[in-house]
Amino acid sequence: MSLSSNHLLGLKDVPKEDIQLILDTAITFREVLERPIKKVPTLQGKTIVNLFYENSTRTRLSFELAQKRLSADTINFSKSGSSAAKGESFKDTVKNIEAMKVDMIVCRHESAGIPKYLTQISNAKIINAGDGRHEHPTQGLLDMYSIREKVGKLEGLNVCIVGDISHSRVALSNIYGLQTMGANVSVCGPSTMIPWGMEDFGVKVYNNIDKAMAESDVLNVLRIQLERDAGVLIPSVREYHNYFGITQERIEKNNPNVLILHPGPINRGVEISSEVADGSSQVILNQVTNGVAIRMAVLYLLGTKSEE
Amino acid sequence: MDIKAKIIDSLGLDRTITRLAHEIIEHNKGSENIVLLGMRTRGEFLAKRIQSKINLIEGTKPNLGTLDTTLYRDDFRIRLKQPEVSVTDISFDLSGKDVILIDDVLYTGRTVRAALDAIMDLGRPNTIQFCVLVDRGHREMPITADYIGKNIPTSINEEVKVKMTEIDDEDSVYLVEIKNS
Repeated sequence: MSLSSNHLLGLKDVPKEDIQLILDTAITFREVLERPIKKVPTLQGKTIVNLFYENSTRTRLSFELAQKRLSADTINFSKSGSSAAKGESFKDTVKNIEAMKVDMIVCRHESAGIPKYLTQISNAKIINAGDGRHEHPTQGLLDMYSIREKVGKLEGLNVCIVGDISHSRVALSNIYGLQTMGANVSVCGPSTMIPWGMEDFGVKVYNNIDKAMAESDVLNVLRIQLERDAGVLIPSVREYHNYFGITQERIEKNNPNVLILHPGPINRGVEISSEVADGSSQVILNQVTNGVAIRMAVLYLLGTKSEE
Repeated sequence: MDIKAKIIDSLGLDRTITRLAHEIIEHNKGSENIVLLGMRTRGEFLAKRIQSKINLIEGTKPNLGTLDTTLYRDDFRIRLKQPEVSVTDISFDLSGKDVILIDDVLYTGRTVRAALDAIMDLGRPNTIQFCVLVDRGHREMPITADYIGKNIPTSINEEVKVKMTEIDDEDSVYLVEIKNS
């Protein structure tokens, strides 16, 4: 069994067998992460570039750790402090990095579609680590892994994504991936944060968090992205918290068994209360650990895939 | 693929496993400090059977784990088919233990090399001993087994097929001819 594609650009059009394979392979790496020596020699001699044009803590550290745990050689590029600041074009930067003989590129960029463009100008295998408001496939995969780990299945589950859907690449990857795996996906948030045409995706829209919570098995709570001008979409963060914040009282009232996911970084007291963020309904830090395992699985499956 | 000979039948397999269990206990002067590690896939079942034999003889069950060596293979660069990984399942500490590594067939020795690396990442055992049901020769590494069920000299065009009721429909070992297409 191997993946049908040489790249991971998004979860759209990724077949069910591929998602299944990545999730199953991640179980192996989850075990590696529990060992005294958390390192295997599998990607020895492979060179991977982390091309980060946008800020990131979790994703970059997680990818870097995954690469090191697989014994790959890694180099890191971030926009600040590089020649991109001197005005070198994206294409030239990539061409130069590729001339250093790299096998894989992990890319984050503020523009949607950049990973796809990379596949056209580079021979390396490309992994999308988040492109604009488009997709963030490894986050979608680790969310699915975390749900499956806790609930035991994905098929038939009701999963609601809560928050700023229109600015979120996590939402889109979740929608594509979860639907492929047979889950029913819905979204919930103020109408200013829900894009038009969600119904065309087969996604139910809630504007009431209590109703969404009562009818869902899992809530994937997104961060209110204040740095992306989310502030203009809501009157205030306090009002958002009052109407859409996930609180312990809401969970107890509507659905005590609901599972809470959050891709991080969390805004305590905005989209989620501190009590819930540290409580027993959530798996937020499991998601972080699982993220390393998922990225190891993706790097392994793409990195050892032979080109026909 | 043509079957050339049935080398071990169901009764023979049981006797061989009994002898291997005795040898392991004899060599280690008991079974207190030993742990068994079966290598996926059939080594796993072999290890389980050796465990119950030791239990019959000694009255104690040594710890049993399964080792997947896929991540330690040396042929990722040259293989055309991507190997499938499965999970290593060892719920105990290997440090200071006498580890009995168990597999069905010893051939080039490359899997054992990978297994040794994998074990070293899990702890520092006192000794690592290797137990194999069939040694078919053609080593490519300086590796030898401590406990051997049966030595079967083979040609390079032959293959040894171990069948075990846990996943196959019978207990037996066959020598088969691989036809070059």
